Amino acid sequence: MSTNPSYAPERETSEGKVFTVTGGDWDTVVSGTDPVSDERIVVNMGPQHPSTHGVLRLILELEGETVREMRSVVGYLHTGIEKSIEYRNWVQGTTFVTRMDYLSPIFNETAYSLAVEKLLGIEDQITERASTIRVLMMELNRISSHLVWLATTGMELGAISIMLYGFREREYILEIFEMVSGLRMNMAYVRPGGVAQDVPDSAIKKIQEFLKMMPKRLKEYEDLLSGQPIWTERTQGVAVLDVTACVALGVTGPVLRSAGLPWDLRKTEPYCGYENYEFDVPTSNDGDVWGRYQVRLAEIRESLKLIEQALDKLRPGPIMVADKKIAWPAQLALGVDGLGNSLEHVAKIMGQSMESLIHHFKLVTEGFRVPPGQVYVAIEGPRGELGAHAVSDGGTRPYRVHFREPSFVNLQALPAMAEGGLIADVIAGGASLDPVMGGCDR
Amino acid sequence: MVTTSPDKDPVTDSQPPSAKPGGGVPVQATPVGATTGAPAELPPSSVAGRGMFGISGSGDTSGFGGLVRRRVGGGGSERPYGSYFDEVYDALAEAFPGLDDAIEKVVVDRNELTLHVKAERILDVARTMRDEESLRFELCSSVSGVDYLGSDERRLHVTYHLASMTYRRRVRLEVAVGTEHPHVPSVTPVYPTADWQERETYDMFGIIFDGHPGLTRILMPDDWEGYPQRKDYPLGGVPVEYKGAEIPPPDRRRSYQ
Repeated sequence: MSTNPSYAPERETSEGKVFTVTGGDWDTVVSGTDPVSDERIVVNMGPQHPSTHGVLRLILELEGETVREMRSVVGYLHTGIEKSIEYRNWVQGTTFVTRMDYLSPIFNETAYSLAVEKLLGIEDQITERASTIRVLMMELNRISSHLVWLATTGMELGAISIMLYGFREREYILEIFEMVSGLRMNMAYVRPGGVAQDVPDSAIKKIQEFLKMMPKRLKEYEDLLSGQPIWTERTQGVAVLDVTACVALGVTGPVLRSAGLPWDLRKTEPYCGYENYEFDVPTSNDGDVWGRYQVRLAEIRESLKLIEQALDKLRPGPIMVADKKIAWPAQLALGVDGLGNSLEHVAKIMGQSMESLIHHFKLVTEGFRVPPGQVYVAIEGPRGELGAHAVSDGGTRPYRVHFREPSFVNLQALPAMAEGGLIADVIAGGASLDPVMGGCDR
Repeated sequence: MVTTSPDKDPVTDSQPPSAKPGGGVPVQATPVGATTGAPAELPPSSVAGRGMFGISGSGDTSGFGGLVRRRVGGGGSERPYGSYFDEVYDALAEAFPGLDDAIEKVVVDRNELTLHVKAERILDVARTMRDEESLRFELCSSVSGVDYLGSDERRLHVTYHLASMTYRRRVRLEVAVGTEHPHVPSVTPVYPTADWQERETYDMFGIIFDGHPGLTRILMPDDWEGYPQRKDYPLGGVPVEYKGAEIPPPDRRRSYQ
């Protein structure tokens, strides 16, 4: 081989023989150095790998193309949200938690708000309109999150078109969010006691248009993917996880439902009035990536049904609790430059009512007190059980808030899915868990 | 632009906190946390917390002083616990001989059942909770820690949130350990899902889970010193200059309480 001009001559080092390859046929090189090729090699994938869903690092031990062992390394997106939150008041907490899982901000806010409301003991005082708006926003958010899943998973498995379509429809939902809350992401829209402001009529119109448009678009996605031989080859029978493994590893959400267990907290432990809606819990018996794809598409359809019902249920009424000692005092209005306090409200607190001014000042600077104790509230996020464990010491700031993040818990299942399979299926399996590292690392 | 504060806090030295090992955590720091000064302290130990804004006596024209809320007592709850809680406790007592010995107290608050378990018995209790036909808590939803600095001698608590998919019930198990010997048996043999969650609890609180297959830091870097979620670990940060005005780090900011 050293006679071939493409290769630099080999040399002996303390680590063994080193070949410098400058070109030529790879097979010839490999057979020259390792004729049996039974060596296990360790490959580091990520944390900046386009197919590992954000900053997730995978360490793979490979035998040829087969993954023998796999470990995931997380923590690259750790921002200390659970620590920072202890230095702000309870309402400000919403602005922190919304940034955890950035694809499902409304769910983070709702779980947090429900926990604070349970600590305050005001669950019964939450108005019906506020609960309905929460359901409406959560289901829109679920669709947008699933669309990102579809788009990125498609891209990672080689289907580029679906990426463009998925993000196109998600953009539509983000526009709805902007009309409702003033922001596309990280809205801090759901607050302890209700929601920040009412849904404008223009947004309702846009949601109705979305409801009309979406079933056709879903059909397009299925036409594009379901019959596609590459898509079916890459997903069917890949990264299988059965119910026992799911429950043991704490995996919930679409992955658990794709294994056949219809466990959906909206049905099993209803909150926000989900018991008054009609919808199904889609399941599949495949337990593979294909099953998860089908469950998620079916869930988008169920969410559309829920949005339609929520729109029907929307009756005029207050969107915050009546208790002025808890309700956020500002009367927000959509200004030309985004959100702002309504001029009427500013005129009232500054000009007419000293009481309102005191109220406003105390609530905004100090916040309300929350009676001591601890609660755990779980809701069904797009990725599974999203739980908020909130502890109060009786003060105006959270004593401890911990989020049971489905991304974090579900990622533990990746070795169980990937070991023994091909390296290409690691990507499919990881994508099917739909981890969002912002939520995983918090 | 990042600058250091001109008037130094006597507790820390001149280096910016980020430049020191462990993020500049003093070994013996005055407690800082959720409330002003010593945040981990609970409010005055009366039975009822008074006032939405903590105002007592006169001078309050806002009307905020009038609100009285019940505070949860330090002791456990009395029978009957209500809801399905009696049933769960009885089933556990039947399946777990010597339960009174393993359980320190039972707290029912806000329609949630908390069993305070002795640290060394947590694995056995968890196994019974999962396997017993009449309990069937198959899913361990969440494992995390809480630091009750100043209000509990054994300040580090671990909470386990168990869910029974069969009966649609939830129970919280809680254990308490001190910082001198923060050892708790790992529940990973019963609930494999506790693996990463125990690692996170170790990472953030320094609670050591005996029998865990690989107890290493998970969110913080491997060589990090200190346990960030403990209440005596300061939030840290550096003062930031913005348009000529200096904004102090979050834990030195003015607080309205």
